[in-house]
Amino acid sequence: MPDQGLGSIFLNACLINNFVLAYFLGLCPFLGVSNRLETAVRMGGAVSFVMLVASVCSFGIERVLVAIDAPYLRLISFIVVIASTVQLVEMFIRKTSPALFRSLGIFLPLITTNCAILGLALFQTNKGYDFAQSIAYALGAGAGFTLALVLMAGLREKLELAPVPDPVRGTALALVLAGILSMAFMGFAGLGV
Amino acid sequence: MSTPAPLPTADPSAWSMARALVGVGLVCGLLIVFVYEATRPTIERARAEALRRAVFEVLPGAASSQSFEPDENGRYIPAGANSSSEEIVHAGYDTDGRLVGLALDAAGMGYQDVIRLLYGYATEAEAIIGVQVLESRETPGLGDRVESDPGFQANFERLDVSLAADGQTILHPIEVVKPGEKQHPWQIDGLTGATITSNAIGSILRVSTLARLPAIHARLGDFEPKDSEPGDSEPGDSGKEVAP
Amino acid sequence: MNADEFWKGLWRENPIFVQVLGMCPALAVSNTARNALAMGLATLFVLVASNAVVALLRDFVPKQVRIATFILIIATFVTVVDYTIQAVSLELHRALGAFISLIVVNCLILGRAEAFASRNGIGRSILDGAGMGLGFTLALFCLGAVREILGSGSLFGVALFHAEFQPWVIMLLPSGGFFTLAAWLMLFSRWRAPDA
Repeated sequence: MPDQGLGSIFLNACLINNFVLAYFLGLCPFLGVSNRLETAVRMGGAVSFVMLVASVCSFGIERVLVAIDAPYLRLISFIVVIASTVQLVEMFIRKTSPALFRSLGIFLPLITTNCAILGLALFQTNKGYDFAQSIAYALGAGAGFTLALVLMAGLREKLELAPVPDPVRGTALALVLAGILSMAFMGFAGLGV
Repeated sequence: MSTPAPLPTADPSAWSMARALVGVGLVCGLLIVFVYEATRPTIERARAEALRRAVFEVLPGAASSQSFEPDENGRYIPAGANSSSEEIVHAGYDTDGRLVGLALDAAGMGYQDVIRLLYGYATEAEAIIGVQVLESRETPGLGDRVESDPGFQANFERLDVSLAADGQTILHPIEVVKPGEKQHPWQIDGLTGATITSNAIGSILRVSTLARLPAIHARLGDFEPKDSEPGDSEPGDSGKEVAP
Repeated sequence: MNADEFWKGLWRENPIFVQVLGMCPALAVSNTARNALAMGLATLFVLVASNAVVALLRDFVPKQVRIATFILIIATFVTVVDYTIQAVSLELHRALGAFISLIVVNCLILGRAEAFASRNGIGRSILDGAGMGLGFTLALFCLGAVREILGSGSLFGVALFHAEFQPWVIMLLPSGGFFTLAAWLMLFSRWRAPDA
């Protein structure tokens, strides 16, 4: 929808259609890295950053594909470009800022196969966003992912010492928590943006 | 991931890496192009067929249809076979070749994803006489009831979108009201349990009718059947400006 | 012994219930049994095809570029499936939406290519892919059936209950997906370890 405001795109991607809680994208890192609050924050930062880069890249690719009239190459070029961009970013960060690399580094390879990134690229293309809107969408999606991850990590830290029945421990418990969070986020649909 | 197994190529040269990547890439590309070309006729036929059905669905009484798109002067000319213009208008004619109405595309944000719909506009009655959802990913059993619920569909038997006296805007823009509170012919009764989706459909229609109907109405003559007089001298479009 | 490559995916190493892989598509499209089944079969096809090709090429591809090659191969088959589904049924393609394309990043497929097909023969890899794919389909169907029965009181669009049945709307929404999967996981961990 080309005439949507930037703020409403941001809020929409961040809260109403939160990538994790409404689209189920990026569940693997969501369940895997949400044990500790600190790692959750870093992971969120890394994903948001890659989302931004991927959004810009896929916007460019889409322009090229439209120009050469080859929509069937979309998926394959998105995934290849995203994977190589993540690789490049990783190398670049390692060279320029070892401190940043230490805090983000181990997450970067994991992100390549994170469906949230490819999902973002595909959704923004489907919705026909222009450049500024794509950026707003990527920022919103990243913020939403981080928010969900941080909330989840907070909850899991609290539950660590709670007496939970055995069969529920682990993934099942995390999923129940995610379900409750998702229900809470449904309320944001009433924002009507 | 697990530990990598000892693979046969102990010390791969740049050449063998490049060979593998380029080779696989080439074969993959060829395969994709082949499948795309092989399935394209079927997909295009299915798309065109779905659109044609939808046009007849939203324009009851229509027996044939013709697509138009605006040229650079705002004049509507028959559209090319694979025109992808967003301004495209499908005109429906009855068995006597008279214009029944126009079917227009509209799209907007629904609850989860973009909703694309087609609505039929009866030019004489100045009313929407049918709405079909072309594309949506609304929740099955909730949001997607806007497509099947007879009560909700009844809103579109004759939804008033008559133009204001100056022809520049819609007299009463479409609004969505709470279920059962419809009082005026330009109101849509919302659907219980699908508030967001019914609001979305209302606002998609409102935005699209406000933006497009005045301009289209001013050039109604363009849509008259081709065998009659060219549409230039129709009374409807005398010195009319095209609304932005 | 060969049969084991097949059966392990269905039960002992079921991708969703035991390995908890590939959940994004599993949850996103499992709100009706039909969508779940279609998604499962599409994944099954991609898994078998990519496993076969990866196994064929395993001596040809140097290990430094293997992940990139695997992703290329998987993306190709996903594109093929995407167009095939469009050709067969536009309606189904609309229901599955962008999630067909997201099969590419289903960790299950890359995981099997990397962990199994790149170091086993083509026959065993196909069996492994078929088993894992069927296990995935089965799990998806379990999720989709539960959500559709409770959420809209029907299965494959056929009404199951009396007209007075009040559907559990929440099951169709995202949170219902999380709850259903959590319930299946609990059930599975009980079954697998009865004395736990």
